[in-house]
Formats: sequence, structure tokens, C-alpha cells
Amino acid sequence: MAEAAVQAGCMFYAGYPITPQNEITSYMSKRMAEEKRVFVQSESEVAAVNMVLGAAATGVRAMTSSSSPGISLKQEGLSYIAGCRLPCLIINVMRAGPGLGGIGPSQSDYFQAVKGGGHGDYHMIVLAPDSVQEAYDLVIESFNLADTYRIPVMILADAIIGQMSEPMVLRKPKIVKVSKEWALTGVKDREANVVRSFSLKNEALFAHNLLLQKTYAEIRQREEKAESNNAEDCRILLCAYGSIARIMQPLAEDPAIGLFRPVSLWPFPEKKLQTLVRNNRHLEAVYVVEASFGQMVEDVRLAVNGKVPVHFYGKAGGAIPQLEEVRQKIAALRKKK
Amino acid sequence: MAHAKSLRDVSTHYCPGCGHGIVHRLVCEAVDELGLREQTIAIAPVGCAVIAYDYWNFDVCEAPHGRGLAVATGIKRVKPDRLVFTYQGDGDLASIGMAETIHAANRGEDISCVFINNACYGMTGGQMAPTTLVGQKTVTTPLGRSPERKEGYPIKVSELLSQLPGVCYAERVSVHAPALIIQAKKAIKKAFIAQQEKKGFSIVEVLSMCPTVWRMTPPEATQFIKTQMMKEFPLGIIKEKL
Repeated sequence: MAEAAVQAGCMFYAGYPITPQNEITSYMSKRMAEEKRVFVQSESEVAAVNMVLGAAATGVRAMTSSSSPGISLKQEGLSYIAGCRLPCLIINVMRAGPGLGGIGPSQSDYFQAVKGGGHGDYHMIVLAPDSVQEAYDLVIESFNLADTYRIPVMILADAIIGQMSEPMVLRKPKIVKVSKEWALTGVKDREANVVRSFSLKNEALFAHNLLLQKTYAEIRQREEKAESNNAEDCRILLCAYGSIARIMQPLAEDPAIGLFRPVSLWPFPEKKLQTLVRNNRHLEAVYVVEASFGQMVEDVRLAVNGKVPVHFYGKAGGAIPQLEEVRQKIAALRKKK
Repeated sequence: MAHAKSLRDVSTHYCPGCGHGIVHRLVCEAVDELGLREQTIAIAPVGCAVIAYDYWNFDVCEAPHGRGLAVATGIKRVKPDRLVFTYQGDGDLASIGMAETIHAANRGEDISCVFINNACYGMTGGQMAPTTLVGQKTVTTPLGRSPERKEGYPIKVSELLSQLPGVCYAERVSVHAPALIIQAKKAIKKAFIAQQEKKGFSIVEVLSMCPTVWRMTPPEATQFIKTQMMKEFPLGIIKEKL
């Protein structure tokens, strides 16, 4: 993910030590210097995200990375970045919570990532890779999406993806160039630019919020991403994301079980899921599996909207759902019928 | 005197007798006299000067409360040839933002900080600030700030930061009298020049009137600085390593 950011033209990285993502920080300290770009080890998570706010305000590609407790500390800055309409990348290599929790893998920050986390009506685009290759590709895509929509993008990975080694191809990145007339570069030959989220007047702030909502509607329309396998004719549609989706892949060898893997968690791929549910006349139920005690399942239920039953199995706090136990649970569910 | 190009020709929302209007003008005159308007990126605070960008005519970035110097660090590192300064009050700089302040100074960032010390939180109605004087009454120290009640002592931010090798220049000035206003502008210019010469972190602390919160007339407020604040916060150069 760090190399992908370098390849994508990231000019500024700020981060604070936290497990399980220290590899990104140490890699960036070396690579950014090689490229004569900026690396800052910040005094805190709060400072890191605000340094990213400043760098992004000048129009360069900027990022920070952390893990769950650190991401909680960044929420203030993320709300400001969203309010100021600044593009940037935030990587969250999720660990187990709540509180200091532990350093084991988890998917317990889904709500925080897709429902806001900070204050105010805002969204980030949230993308969840299930392999090292996809993590690389999505980082590059994240910078492009961020610039296109002037929005912060979060990669929501977990300690499995964060600590995993596997072969991959360093694909040549496709960089989307977006002109940034709004950037703070100095007033030479133009009027002064101001990067702000604040308005003393309610009407102005309302208009600003409507602009944000318009952008979110466009993103919802265009940027749903999901993968499915054996989903068109299955009896049970298993829905999982990130490394848990990867772990559950062998279940789709059973013709009765299909897989649906959201890649964009915000926007949640509801139209894609609804199409699968609507067009599959044999579908008995959707079965959601997460390394949490039930977070994404709420978005699945909203999308499915009662068309078929939605079941859930999850574990968190460092424990993760195992392939065999999910296989047995689905078998038991089908037997009951 | 010609109006500074960096200062917009609009009225401000500041109360009568407030020091912000004076300091805004000094900052803009300093920017213009150094010919740096087109290179300037300022960071507006959270506090009474939150909409400083409505008065300044150069590029400005918003920062969350206390985070001005972290935002400034991000800007300066990717735009090292720009003039980058924060404009922050005592609560912003020395209470909620103390970590960002100390560490930006300690890294020796080539950034200048214009620090408005009015010994209170103005925008929120006059609560105790880290710089509130011992015995000073505020809406959250109705009996007067008391070290015995563990309300602490006024923090001398400029002296504190001067201990750090990354700080090249620290001066305390005041805007309660015309002669001192001229000195204040000199200090701000000196800080900006130090930054342009990449000497490290510079801070100009400005003692500034807040008659509304102090429950005083504007003349009484200038007297308060002269007779009370300057005893605790003496004027002058605290550090100069230029």
C-alpha cells in the first residue's frame, strides 16, 4: 500500500507509530526521502491528520495511515477535511477494539468508517481490499477518486491484510489528473483562495451542505464496487468483505452458496446486491459474515429490504469467523428449512 | 496612509476596542512591505479571528481548534518557498493546541506564529484561558483564578518555547499604545524575514485588548494591559538567534 501511494504520486505522508501498520510508516520514511518527497513522523495522530489537511489544501496528493485507536483520534480532522472538500487518503489497518483492544485482526470499525465517525453530515469513500494486490490497486484508485470528487478516501484493511505476504504485480498506475483551481498556492494572478468549512451564516452553510450531498449522490450513482461469485443461481448468498470474504471463498465451491463481496463499503453496493437478490428466483437467504458483532449487516438489511431473510454470523475482539464453522452454520440453517 | 493591499476594504465583526483589527492590519502591512502577498498562505484560527480570511486578501486555510501549527507544517513542507504563518489565540495555541505548538517549534519548522494573548477565551464568552492572570475573574473563575484551588498559573508560552533549539525568534509586544503598535509590526516583520531565511520557528506574542470579556471600556482595557498584563508578561525580545 505504501509503494502504491508512492507510485500514485503521493507527495506528503504523516503518521504516528501504531501496530499493526508500522510497516507503512517505516517504509514511507525511506521511500519518500528517496523520491525527495515529504515524510513527517508526527507528535500525535491528531497532528498527522491535520498535517495532511494542510498539505492537501495546497493541491498535492497526501496521506496518513493508522490503526483503529489512532483512527478514532483522527476523526476531528477527517470531519474538517470532508467539510473543506479536500482530497486525501487515510489507511486504517483495523485491529480489535474497543478501547486499546488488541493487535489482532478485526472489522469492528465499519460503522466509524462508513457512517461518519466525526461530527456533521459527511462521508468518505471507503474501500476494502481482500488481497495484497487489491490493496495496491485500490490505493492508486483512492487517490484518483479523492481528486475527482474532492473527498477523503479511506482504505479499510485489517491486520490480516496488513501483515500478509503474497505475490503481486506492481502495475503501472493510471493517474487521473484533476486541475485544482481551489488549491492554496499563493494569490499570483488570481483572487485569494480560502479552504474552509465554516460559515457564520446559516444559509451559506446550508448551501455548502447541499453541495456536499450532491457530490455524495453522484458517488453513490457511479462508484459502487463489488465482486460476486456463483451468485446468480445460488440458494444462500454469503456476503462478506476484506480478508473475511477471502477466507470464505471456498464455500462457493458448493453450487448452493454464492458470494457477494462489497469492495466499496461507502458507497455500499446496494444496487448491485439488490439486482442479485431480485434476479435470483432460487435465493433462500443472505448470510452475512464479519469479524465484528454485526455492522455491515445493517447495510445489507437496508439494501435487501425484507425481500429474503438476512442472517448474520460474526466474531470480534481478535477472534475471526472460521470457514468450517460458517459452513456448518449455513448447513444447519438450510436443514432447518 | 495607503491601505494595505493584503487587507480587504471591509468592516470587521470585532467589538469596539478589540486588538484583532490592529493586529490584522499589522500582519497585512508586514506582508505587503516585504512584497510577499503572492507567496503567503496563512492559517486562520478557531476563536474570534475565525473568519480572518474575510479580512485578509491572500490565501488562507482553516484549521481545527489548536491544530494551526500542524496544518501549517503540512503546507510549509510541500510549499517550502511560501510565507506560512498561523494566527492563534491563547486557548487555541496554549491549551487545546499545546502539543501541536511545542512540536512544530521543536521540529524547527520554518513557520511564524502570531500569538494573540488576551488572557481569556473571547469568542465563547470569557472563560479562563491558560494565560489568565492569577486573581483575574472570568466566567469560569468567578472568584478569580486561584492557584490554591488548582486553577493553575498563567503559562508564559514565549518563554516556554524559547527553551527549544528549533525556535529562532520570540518576542512579546503589545498593541495598547501607538508606539508599541509600531514595535509590534517590526517584530512581525522580523519573524517573517527569519522564516524566509529558513532560520526556524518564530513567534510574536501580542498582548491584546478584550474589553467586552474584561467588562471594561476600551481605555480601561488598554490600562489593564499596562498595569496588570505587562507585569506578568513583560515586553521585549525573549529569544533571538537570527
